Amino acid sequence: MARKITLPLTEELAKSLKAGDEVLLTGTIYTSRDAGHKRMCEALARGEELPFDPQDATIYYVGPTPAKPGQVIGSAGPTTSGRMDAYAPTMMSVGARGMIGKGARLPEVVEAMKAHSGVYFGAIGGAGALLAKCIKSAELIAFEDLGAEALRKLYVEDMPLVVIIDSEGNNLYEEGRAAYLANRK
Amino acid sequence: MRELNVSLITDVVEKLCIEANNHLPEDVKCAIKSCRACEDGEIAKGVLDNIIENFEIADNENVPICQDTGMACVFLEIGQDVHLVGGDLTDAVNEGVRRGYDKGYLRKSVVGDPVRRGNTGDNTPAMLYTEIVPGEQVKITVGPKGFGSENMSMIRMFKPSAGLQGIKDFIIEAVETAGPNPCPPMVVGVGIGGTFDKAALLAKKALMRPLDSSHPDPFYADLEKEMLEKINELGIGPQGFGGKTTAIGLNIETLPTHIAGMPCAININCHVTRHKSEVL
Repeated sequence: MARKITLPLTEELAKSLKAGDEVLLTGTIYTSRDAGHKRMCEALARGEELPFDPQDATIYYVGPTPAKPGQVIGSAGPTTSGRMDAYAPTMMSVGARGMIGKGARLPEVVEAMKAHSGVYFGAIGGAGALLAKCIKSAELIAFEDLGAEALRKLYVEDMPLVVIIDSEGNNLYEEGRAAYLANRK
Repeated sequence: MRELNVSLITDVVEKLCIEANNHLPEDVKCAIKSCRACEDGEIAKGVLDNIIENFEIADNENVPICQDTGMACVFLEIGQDVHLVGGDLTDAVNEGVRRGYDKGYLRKSVVGDPVRRGNTGDNTPAMLYTEIVPGEQVKITVGPKGFGSENMSMIRMFKPSAGLQGIKDFIIEAVETAGPNPCPPMVVGVGIGGTFDKAALLAKKALMRPLDSSHPDPFYADLEKEMLEKINELGIGPQGFGGKTTAIGLNIETLPTHIAGMPCAININCHVTRHKSEVL
């Protein structure tokens, strides 16, 4: 049974989530991919502020399709998170502890998650039409020139996610596969 | 000699870009549904249910199945008795992609330079593959290719002594390395033989072949079955969360090759294996 959770992703909430937990997430999240992360990390290096308050924030690695007339947003499934590995520890160091994406993460990201109580959620890759249904509002807040990669503020309701890596570093990609193979024998 | 105006090709490419992105081929839907029926883990079943619900929403509402609406791979099989008139063929295909990605509200995911980047803003250029075939028809296939899976593809130039086992090990290595990244359950396209470049093209063409078809040579048809079974024993499962369904299909395409070599390319695709064809 999926557990309903509401953002912001406080340290207390983050620590209560375990790898393999199915959750329905409600609250405000921010979208960013490669180019947006690069700009945000460069801004932080210059001592500038981010376009949103990163404290307890959750970032969704997504580049949606354009909204059709009458739609809040186009199809909006996750992109491969590994491309953000170079930036994720920096983002967590300023408080953005939630990440939504798909695919493997580097050990240094997992170490940063343990240090900052980070949580890595998986959304179903390739289910962009379904995930768009959970997005109730979308507002462009920065980097408009990046098109699909622009920074957007989304409000989501009951977004179906699975905790892939928890704040202790437990990893569903390892544990789920091992459990399946052990059961099969 | 039949004359065909390239503007007709523009129109068809436009239409196929939209249809391919919004409607999954029936053979792919069937493969996903039959894998769902065999899966027993709770998380794996839930993922496959969501994937099925997703392509049904895309079908019913005419929206893209996935937000990565891909690079437009356009295959043209041009009959040798066709004379294309009315303009440049490449321009005509790109115009079709431009219009399709605009009118279909598809994502523009192409950068104009691989190193210096910079989005072209209209998803052009298409990756255009032309082949001259007998006859006086033109077959157009559009296969939008997402890069989460494209990035996990591999090619290797084997020594002939590596033999069949070398190919088998390489297929498993590619799928293991891809792991959760290409949005499993995946489709695996394998190209064996030819030259370096032809092997890669064969692998891409393998992804355009229906999943319920087999290689015409029973040796390779058996290899397709065997390797799909082996992949599904790895336990990676839907989205990499563990389970039976790591791949929903594996197609092999082959060509003769040189006495000194055995090229093998593996093109990985996700469960959103899209392609749509029309004959003019």
